[in-house]
Amino acid sequence: MPAAADAKTDLAQPWASDVHRVLKSAGVTHMSYVPDAGHASLIDLFAADPDVVSNVLTSEQEGIAIAAGAWLGGKRSVLLLQSSGVGNCINMLSLMTIARFPLLMLVTMRGEWAEFNPWQVPMGRATEPALDAIGVRTFRTDTAEDLVEVAGSAAALAYEADQQIALLISQRMLGKKIW
Amino acid sequence: MALDRRTAVAALLRDRGGLLVVSGLGSPTYDVHAAGDSDANFYLWGAMGSAALIGLGLAQARPDRNVLAITGDGEQLMGLGGLATIGVARPRNLSIVVVDNGHFGETGMQRSHTGCGLDLAAVASACGFAETGVAADMAAVDALRGTLHRPAEGPRLFVLKVEAENPPRSLPPRDAVFLKNRFRAHLGLPVT
Repeated sequence: MPAAADAKTDLAQPWASDVHRVLKSAGVTHMSYVPDAGHASLIDLFAADPDVVSNVLTSEQEGIAIAAGAWLGGKRSVLLLQSSGVGNCINMLSLMTIARFPLLMLVTMRGEWAEFNPWQVPMGRATEPALDAIGVRTFRTDTAEDLVEVAGSAAALAYEADQQIALLISQRMLGKKIW
Repeated sequence: MALDRRTAVAALLRDRGGLLVVSGLGSPTYDVHAAGDSDANFYLWGAMGSAALIGLGLAQARPDRNVLAITGDGEQLMGLGGLATIGVARPRNLSIVVVDNGHFGETGMQRSHTGCGLDLAAVASACGFAETGVAADMAAVDALRGTLHRPAEGPRLFVLKVEAENPPRSLPPRDAVFLKNRFRAHLGLPVT
């Protein structure tokens, strides 16, 4: 799956190993995901990491609940998803904001830059306002350097200050999907 | 004759030992509270569809402890995809008990999918759960109580067939931060 996904983007993801390292040093030991081509390398790195428990989800909101359970048991869980999946999460995010559960979501953006598929555009537009409306703070990154730095800061804000954070990785940075 | 839900849940939680419990919103939360409040309970008042998956996250974080998610048929039906995720994750320390009255009891007793014949134990079995079953009398509930404390090969789901009725509500605290921190403190974890 990840190899096939890689073949569908024209950019490698050299930032993935840095983000993996930063999240590991922030104490992340659990990861769940709905696949996205933009996350393919990071998913591979976590899945191959013997110190990390990985869960593949049928829908992104499951990863929100898993992160809450992990925190109840003393563990730090990160959720990898694409912007379309944010729409699946909205009511489940009420759990995180009302209970002040730490949450870190890494969201790869679609529908905002050189997008071929019009069906990605509405949720791409709604991603940031929807997260804002439910009380999740967003950070947007447009370069790999920025992403690595923001990932570390966002992890601290989430897991140390009990905040709910979505890191939006711009489609411009991820590169164009090849059709 | 189906089970009385309060009697069945109380029997299931008798001598619970180190069992960690997550309860689904609505009647299962009231049932678990009525059986006796505990710092090892995390009660849900919302986030419908999350109970079993919070159980999964907790079970994976604490593989040394048995985790029990007690929820209703409507709540579990909303989290049906989660059964696939749990089946693949295959935790050995997670049990799900669905208190099944075949109805959406909190909202006016509208008939649910299980009331129309859907078999949640069969769904869990198809998702690769290690053990599934249905308890419709107290002898089966008493046997199930023992099962919850025994080691498993993978996740388990059991359905309690209960009467469609709303006993008087037994209300736990609604402050989610309090419930979270109380639970973590019980496990010796720092609270913020």
